[in-house]
Amino acid sequence: MNIVVCLKQILDPEIPARDFRLDGEHKEAHSGGAAWVTNIFCENALETALQVRDRQGGRITVLIYAPGEGSESGEPALRKALAMKADAAAWVVNDGHRHPDPLAVAQVLAAAIRQLGEVDLVLLGRESGDWGVGQTGGLLAEELGLPGLSFVDRIEPGEAPGAVRLRRQTDRGWERVEAPLPLVLTITNDDQNLPRIPKTRDIMLSSRQPIQRWTLEELTSLPVSPAEIRSGGSYYEVVDLAIPTREVVCQMVTGETLEEKVDHLAERILEVVRSS
Amino acid sequence: MKRVLAIFPRGATDDRATRGLVGAAWRLAQSLEGSFEAVSLGQPTAALMGLLAPLADSLLTVDLPEVGHDQPERTLAALTAIGRSRQPAAILLGNETASQEMAPRLAHRLGGSAVGDATTLEVVDQQIRAQRSVYGGKAVATIGLRRSPAVVWLRARAFAPPDPSEESRTSQPVSVEAGLLQPVLDAPPTVRIRERIEEAATEARLEDARVIVAGGRGLGGPEPFAELQSLSTLLGGQTAASRAACDSGWCPPTWQVGQTGRKVAPSLYLAVAIRGASQHMAGISEARVIAAINLDPEAPIFRHCRFGIVEDYRKVLPLLQRRLAEKMA
Ligand SMILES: Cc1cc2nc3c(=O)[nH]c(=O)nc-3n(C[C@H](O)[C@H](O)[C@H](O)COP(=O)(O)OP(=O)(O)OC[C@H]3O[C@@H](n4cnc5c(N)ncnc54)[C@H](O)[C@@H]3O)c2cc1C
Ligand SMILES: Nc1ncnc2c1ncn2[C@@H]1O[C@H](COP(=O)(O)O)[C@@H](O)[C@H]1O
Repeated sequence: MNIVVCLKQILDPEIPARDFRLDGEHKEAHSGGAAWVTNIFCENALETALQVRDRQGGRITVLIYAPGEGSESGEPALRKALAMKADAAAWVVNDGHRHPDPLAVAQVLAAAIRQLGEVDLVLLGRESGDWGVGQTGGLLAEELGLPGLSFVDRIEPGEAPGAVRLRRQTDRGWERVEAPLPLVLTITNDDQNLPRIPKTRDIMLSSRQPIQRWTLEELTSLPVSPAEIRSGGSYYEVVDLAIPTREVVCQMVTGETLEEKVDHLAERILEVVRSS
Repeated sequence: MKRVLAIFPRGATDDRATRGLVGAAWRLAQSLEGSFEAVSLGQPTAALMGLLAPLADSLLTVDLPEVGHDQPERTLAALTAIGRSRQPAAILLGNETASQEMAPRLAHRLGGSAVGDATTLEVVDQQIRAQRSVYGGKAVATIGLRRSPAVVWLRARAFAPPDPSEESRTSQPVSVEAGLLQPVLDAPPTVRIRERIEEAATEARLEDARVIVAGGRGLGGPEPFAELQSLSTLLGGQTAASRAACDSGWCPPTWQVGQTGRKVAPSLYLAVAIRGASQHMAGISEARVIAAINLDPEAPIFRHCRFGIVEDYRKVLPLLQRRLAEKMA
């Protein structure tokens, strides 16, 4: 089983709202002192892939399209994935627009995946924790001409050879799906795919592992020009970005004793419930 | 003539989300000075027909058993065929997971662009633009779609239902032209949904709950969820959770509220031992009143609350349950 897991790095999404600022010129978040981290759903995807490989055998390649150096360099995400025991890493160096639109990203990833060779499963996160776009997986399926499925949380061997059984989350529960390989899947979180913590020894080993690096020019099957990708793509544009204002004043319930406070809490709750 | 297609899944009725989709499609068609064409996957319900009749210019029914049901690749192929034949300026979908999955792929096949989780739609200089919340709800972006058609899935409840005065016409049912769907039937089946595991059918959707009592990681384990459930039952509501609680396996993932969970709009949302991370708040921006029980007076949840109590939930819940039961008796 050849598995490719696509990773994205994002500004730490857990920075509290009060420390959040915008970079108006670039229409993105101001990085301030916040760290760059691997998008959580990409880590869920990698964990899912590791479990499939550890059970069925195979080879996992992690893939990123990210700048070649600086704070947004793709290296930390790839090294961490290698430390989690991915088998190989590939990095398409982004020397253009820092946050290209999802079609441009999917075109780059598709070209890189074709260059990596035979693939059975391509896993992505269901969405990224910064812009929450949630489109790269679907667009990648189209670029590769493969079937695709989203919100998957379990992957098991299928009934037929060359097929898999999937479980995926829906609005009301789950669906069990039988699908042929190759396949593009987006992965969502579940209590079974919390990312494992790499061992210290593996972290040290990972720092010496080779990483395949490509420039856009080196991708032989890019469907558009490298210049188009560098410009950020032509799918959509961010016209405006703003921080919404909201003012709510919280009244803490008061009282001499806990009983009195809870009594007031009950009153307030009933007030709302009765007026609804 | 610019067309706006709105896609209705199997069994769509006239709930709040569907009415919002109809309202959005009708208004977008007005601003484009075009037509509003409804597409129903499967025979439309009477409720949907009633909703569409005075507003839609036409109603197209795709009645293949697998479309919109157990073969997502065929559903996509059928909508692609319809999109190619109708050449719409925009295609609007609801926020069901099936729509979220399909939107970018449909846009790709039709040479258009997609955007999801839209909370507004407007037309500026011929360009369709949508607002959506980004950075885990900390910011709002306006996205301009550079290709046509614009394929947009809407956040439930973010769009107003049609106004009763917006009546204009009587919609014409049209059937899918013969042959249009033949390629769909000819393609070999690929991905197949074998089984659906759903929550108890008696349980209403979280999206429709009037009261929600939600628990977070601060609960410390699965057991307190039983207490939350009896409290929410008492109030005629439902139980939900933060991602941290779901990831811990304390409750099903379908209970997760937030950016990547359910987007709910109750009259009262009572958050118990939930910090109030922006990604969680992104799911309750439409709640009328938010209240919280939290040990930490500095927890961000209190910045969104109408009222709250700074206490250990373990002390508050049993008392609260008792007081509410007495007052409601
Ligand atoms: C891309 C992305 C998407 C995400 N999507 C979602 C989403 O959809 N939904 C979601 O919820 N999260 C989501 N998250 C996660 C989110 O950022 C937070 O990590 C999560 O919401 C935290 O859950 P929590 O508040 O339950 O836990 P914690 O942050 O651990 O907070 C626990 C709270 O409980 C309080 N507490 C502890 N003990 C007690 C006690 N005895 N009595 C009373 N209070 C107590 C504490 O003071 C604290 O405020 C997402 C994150 C990312 C990066
Ligand atoms: N620059 C990138 N490099 C590699 N994978 C990416 C990149 N951008 C997005 N992805 C993948 O696409 C998923 C969804 O991202 P998005 O569509 O941007 O929300 C992520 O979780 C990644 O798996």
